[in-house]
Amino acid sequence: MSKRIEVRDLNVYYSKFLAVEGVSLEIEPRSVTAFIGPSGCGKSTFLRTLNRMHEVIPGARVEGEVLIDGNNLYDPEVDPVLVRRQVGMVFQRPNPFPTMSIKENVLAGVKLNNKRISKSDADALVEQSLQGANLWNEVKDRLDRPGSGLSGGQQQRLCIARAIAVSPEVILMDEPCSALDPISTLAIEDLIEELKQDYTIVIVTHNMQQASRVSDKTAFFNIAGTGKPGKLIEYDETTTIFSNPSEKATEDYVSGRFG
Amino acid sequence: MTTAAAPIRAKQRPGDRVFSKSAVFAGSMILVTLAAVATFLIVQSIPAFVADSEDASILDSNFWAYVGPLVFGTIWAAALALLIALPISIGIALFISHYAPRRLASVLGYIVDLLAAVPSVVFGLWGIGVLAPAVQPIYTWLVDNLGWFPLFAGPVSGTGRTILTAALVLAVMIIPIITAISREVFLQTPVLHEEAALALGATRWEMIRTAVLPFGRPGIISAAVLGLGRALGETMAVAMVLSATGAITFQLLTSVNPSTIAANIALSFPEAYGINVNVLIATGLILFIVTFAVNAIARWIVARRAEFSGAN
Repeated sequence: MSKRIEVRDLNVYYSKFLAVEGVSLEIEPRSVTAFIGPSGCGKSTFLRTLNRMHEVIPGARVEGEVLIDGNNLYDPEVDPVLVRRQVGMVFQRPNPFPTMSIKENVLAGVKLNNKRISKSDADALVEQSLQGANLWNEVKDRLDRPGSGLSGGQQQRLCIARAIAVSPEVILMDEPCSALDPISTLAIEDLIEELKQDYTIVIVTHNMQQASRVSDKTAFFNIAGTGKPGKLIEYDETTTIFSNPSEKATEDYVSGRFG
Repeated sequence: MTTAAAPIRAKQRPGDRVFSKSAVFAGSMILVTLAAVATFLIVQSIPAFVADSEDASILDSNFWAYVGPLVFGTIWAAALALLIALPISIGIALFISHYAPRRLASVLGYIVDLLAAVPSVVFGLWGIGVLAPAVQPIYTWLVDNLGWFPLFAGPVSGTGRTILTAALVLAVMIIPIITAISREVFLQTPVLHEEAALALGATRWEMIRTAVLPFGRPGIISAAVLGLGRALGETMAVAMVLSATGAITFQLLTSVNPSTIAANIALSFPEAYGINVNVLIATGLILFIVTFAVNAIARWIVARRAEFSGAN
């Protein structure tokens, strides 16, 4: 189910503005990779190019290649809609569909894929996905209640359940805990640890402790100044990045000397 | 015994007081106006409710037999108009908000707003002069080929000035208001929800179906009610276009058509005298009640799923 991601010489543009320049990296299947760096360094932008969500913004485009198990996402014949069905995403703020119940939220992606699904299969999938997101015990008695009635942390886990219900190969998380309290954050971090068994996970975070807790490898992005493109400075094992980085900028950042 | 500390009072600023008083005044004006209109209608209507054909020459038997076909015609014409206008309006609004390039979208928005400013008498003239003759051959074809379908039963009207033509004119008149409100609501769909749908692998239409339309549902209903309210009360265009006979019939294409309350008042009022005037005012009261009921139903529909609205 999980797949290997390979990025080659990726440039990301917003119209003429070069936002991210020359990123190349490889992400192993069944691993957690963290992107860290100061605000505006392009790590979220780069994350979004991994499932072509950046194309939602008019004028955004990329140069270079993103290969998932050898298939280029940016091949002209590839439909971005199909890419996003393989590469799920969890956002900074929990965003369950407010007009849907908890159950409908979990099934939203499955229904989109135009699959007719029997009621018993649907119930099984809902339970399995909510179990997978560690939310089942908290919501099993109120599956028909609106998803917006849950707490922030529960909503975020509902969004994770929604993402894994369509069995993607990769899950991207864009600062998934930045709107959550420490206990909910812990719940999500535990969940990431479990999801790693089945999925390739890429997480953007501003919290360096979080990066060191959850990730196997860490990529540090930085920006030379306002209006300059963001660049990948260093990409290595998380322990190396946090204990013995080879770049001075990385060391300054992880030790809190700037940013 | 210690003396109690003087209670701390917020200082009243004159601006606060002026604003609060004027807001209360403006709010109460709505109630006063409504009460004045309702009182006028009720007081003037009472003689009509007890009148028979000897008191008022326009009555055949009593008031209820007179107003019945008019209520039917009013609701029937407005419902047809809404049925035609709503899908078209939502389509235009979605095109403007989610499909059209930005420049085209703003031009289209202006044109829609401009359409709302056309006086109803112009729509009436257009209905008689252009639309009715244009649709008459289509009506003939429908009666000839689909006449077995009850709504399209013959004989076909020779002028084309049927209830369906009136409904078409009404539809054109209410499209701008429904479109304008729906567009505003669709534009306010949170980007978060749109992205949630897209990230699940939704196409643009699927994204609209999962995120935009459910979010906009209360707004669409409000827009439809405003449009329906306008269609229920529209006077000139219907009075000009529709050649009414006063029957209760669902047939769309014949020359036997129910009239509407507002159009009937406009056409009958100039020659009315005595109790006849009260009868016409009483039909106005009924229209008032019908419109009120439509609004209440719409509010109920919106409130029924309030906890799923995303407002919490």
